[in-house]
Amino acid sequence: MAKRDSAADLVGLLTIEGQDLAAAWVREVSGSLGGRVGTAELDRELRELYDALVDALRQGATDVHSEQMSEIRALLTELSRNRARQGFSPTETAISVFALKRVLEPVLQDGTADQIRAYLQFNGILDGLGLFAIETYTQTRDELIAAQAEQLLELSTPVVRLWDGVIAVPLVGTLDSARTQVVMEKLLQALVDTGSEQAIIDITGVPAVDTQVAQHLLKTIVAARLMGAECTVSGISPQIAQTIVALGIEFDDIVTKASLADALKLALRRSGVDLVAHEGAQR
Amino acid sequence: MTAPWTAGEDPQVHPIARSGDLVHIRQAIRTLSQECRLSLVDQTKMITAASELARNTLIYGGGGTVSSGLVSANGKRGVAAVFEDSGPGIADVEQAMTDGWTSGGGLGLGLSGARRLVDDFQLVTAPGEGTTVTIIKWVR
Repeated sequence: MAKRDSAADLVGLLTIEGQDLAAAWVREVSGSLGGRVGTAELDRELRELYDALVDALRQGATDVHSEQMSEIRALLTELSRNRARQGFSPTETAISVFALKRVLEPVLQDGTADQIRAYLQFNGILDGLGLFAIETYTQTRDELIAAQAEQLLELSTPVVRLWDGVIAVPLVGTLDSARTQVVMEKLLQALVDTGSEQAIIDITGVPAVDTQVAQHLLKTIVAARLMGAECTVSGISPQIAQTIVALGIEFDDIVTKASLADALKLALRRSGVDLVAHEGAQR
Repeated sequence: MTAPWTAGEDPQVHPIARSGDLVHIRQAIRTLSQECRLSLVDQTKMITAASELARNTLIYGGGGTVSSGLVSANGKRGVAAVFEDSGPGIADVEQAMTDGWTSGGGLGLGLSGARRLVDDFQLVTAPGEGTTVTIIKWVR
C-alpha cells in the first residue's frame, strides 16, 4: 500500500511541477544535442513524451513492456528512429531519456522518504526506456545499413558499352559471392541485350585478388564463354600480378591485359575493327 | 613463434564470424602494412594471405579470431597476424598444404598460397583441437 502511495506522490510532483520539469528537460537535452534539433521540435517531442509518461505512471505502470507503456514506446520509437536517421550517436539518443533523471534530482533534494523511494522505482523505468531507445536506434541503423548495402550492390556493377560489340564491367572494391553473382548476371544479360561478342572485365579498382576472387572471375569468364563471348581481364597491377603468381592461381588460357586501353585494342582487333591514325591530324 | 608480439605493442583482435568480417580484417592488415612501410607488393601479398587464412578460419574452422600487430626482431620490423579457431583441426597437414587439394569447393590454393605469400608461416593443429596459423611479413 505504501508503495502505491509513494508512486502517487511522485505522480503528484511530476504533475504539479510539470511545466517547469518539462521545460528543464527540454533545456538539458537541447544543450547536449548542441542545437542540431530545432527547439520547437524537441519541445514538442519531449512534452508529448512527458505527458505520456505521467499518464502511464498514474495508471501504475512499472514495466517498460507493459500495456500502459505502449504509447510511450511508440513515441520513443519515433524519436529514436529520427535520431538514427539524422546521424546522432546512441548516447545522444539515450540522453533524451536519461536527462530527465538529472532534472528530477535537484527537485528531490529535500523530498520525503516516500518520494525518494518512488524516484528510485521511477529510475528503473527510465533505465528501461533508455535501453529501449538504444535498441530501437540500433535496429534503425541496421535497417539503414542493410538498405545501403543493397543499393551498393546495384550501384557498383555497371556494364558499359565501349564499342559496337564490346562491353566492359569495371569492378571496384571487394568481390564476394553476392556481388559476383550480380556481376555475372548483369554481364551475361548485357551480352544478350547488346549482341556483344567481346567482354572486358576491368579489375583496376579491386585492391586484392585472393583465391576466392580469382575463382569468381574464372566462373564468370567460363559462363560468358558458354554464351559465345570472349572475355579479357584488364587492369592487373604489378602487385596483383605478383600475388597471383605466388598464390599459384593459373589463369590458363584467359587473356589478361595491364590496362583497359590494351584490352579494348585487343577486343577491337578481334572484332575486325582497325584503328587508323591520320598523319598530320590535329590532336 | 607462438607469441610474436613485441613488448609494448599490443595486438588488435578481430572476430571472424561472418564473411563481412573479412573486409575489416583486410583493412586492418592494410593499415598495419602501411604503418610498417611495407612495399606495395608486400602489402598486397600480406593482405591477400590474411584474406585467405581468415576465410579458412571462417569456412573450415567455423569462425574464430585474428590478432594482428607490428613485430620486430633482429632489428627488422614486420606485420604479424595470428588466426585462431577451435574447429575440427586438420588431420593431414601435408595433404592440406598441397596445391590444388581442397576439402571444400575452393581452388585449393589458399593455405599453400598463403605460405608462399609471407616470410614466416607456422601452422599448429590437431584433429579436434582447432587450428592456429601465424604469419609474418618483414620489411625488406
